[in-house]
Amino acid sequence: MAKKRKKMKIRAWADNGSATVKAIVFHPMETGRRKDKTTGKKIPAHFIEELICQHNGKTVLTCQWGPGVSKNPFLSFRLKNAKKGDTLNLSWVDNQGEKDMAEAAIK
Amino acid sequence: MNQTRRTFLQATMAASTIAIATSAGLLSPRTVLAAWPKSAFKATTLADAMKAVAGSSKAIDSKDISVEAPDIAENGAVVSVTVKSKVANTEQISVFVPVNANPLCANYVTTSAIDGFVTGRIKMRKTSDVVAVVKANGKLLTAKKPVKVTLGGCGG
Repeated sequence: MAKKRKKMKIRAWADNGSATVKAIVFHPMETGRRKDKTTGKKIPAHFIEELICQHNGKTVLTCQWGPGVSKNPFLSFRLKNAKKGDTLNLSWVDNQGEKDMAEAAIK
Repeated sequence: MNQTRRTFLQATMAASTIAIATSAGLLSPRTVLAAWPKSAFKATTLADAMKAVAGSSKAIDSKDISVEAPDIAENGAVVSVTVKSKVANTEQISVFVPVNANPLCANYVTTSAIDGFVTGRIKMRKTSDVVAVVKANGKLLTAKKPVKVTLGGCGG
């Protein structure tokens, strides 16, 4: 498989039966309103529309994002009934049809 | 050539291809994507955006909802916002910035597995309130927090 640039980082820690999840996705999140300073042309919109978090294969959180979310979006939440070794799966799709997926184990 | 028969065959073929792709799990992210509320993200006023994403533009102020954001954001392009909800059965958490060109920034569809808060980073064009709307038990609850922005984050 071709080497791919890492586009996502996921960290998750379990404590007292719950887990804190932190994730960052590397994405330009262009609004479509910004202008290229050298050409004066508008930079086309390019942002993540939907990010889905799955815990052991079950969808727990669906993030619907618009251009108003910052570049390299960060996400954090707390997951109930999670323990060490559980798998977390994050997948996203952007408005240009690009998608990516990453998996991590809860520490 | 029987035209109706031709179209019928084409339609059937297309439908079965999709069915196979879906069952193989190939299309799963795209099918879920159909839920992305385009009209809500395109809306230009807070009321329209709320109506499109939550079903109504009327929400009750609630002490059970809290918005945590910096009092002063030096850079409007990155404003860290945490929305906390103490209400049971929180179904949806939406974050709005009324002065942005499209007020809806993010909408989080939560499940019972999520423990009452979501943190994200949003862009703010200028000083404004950050409005959070939480949908729980069929009701809309809201809270807001003013954030002073010294450098806008949506312009070019």
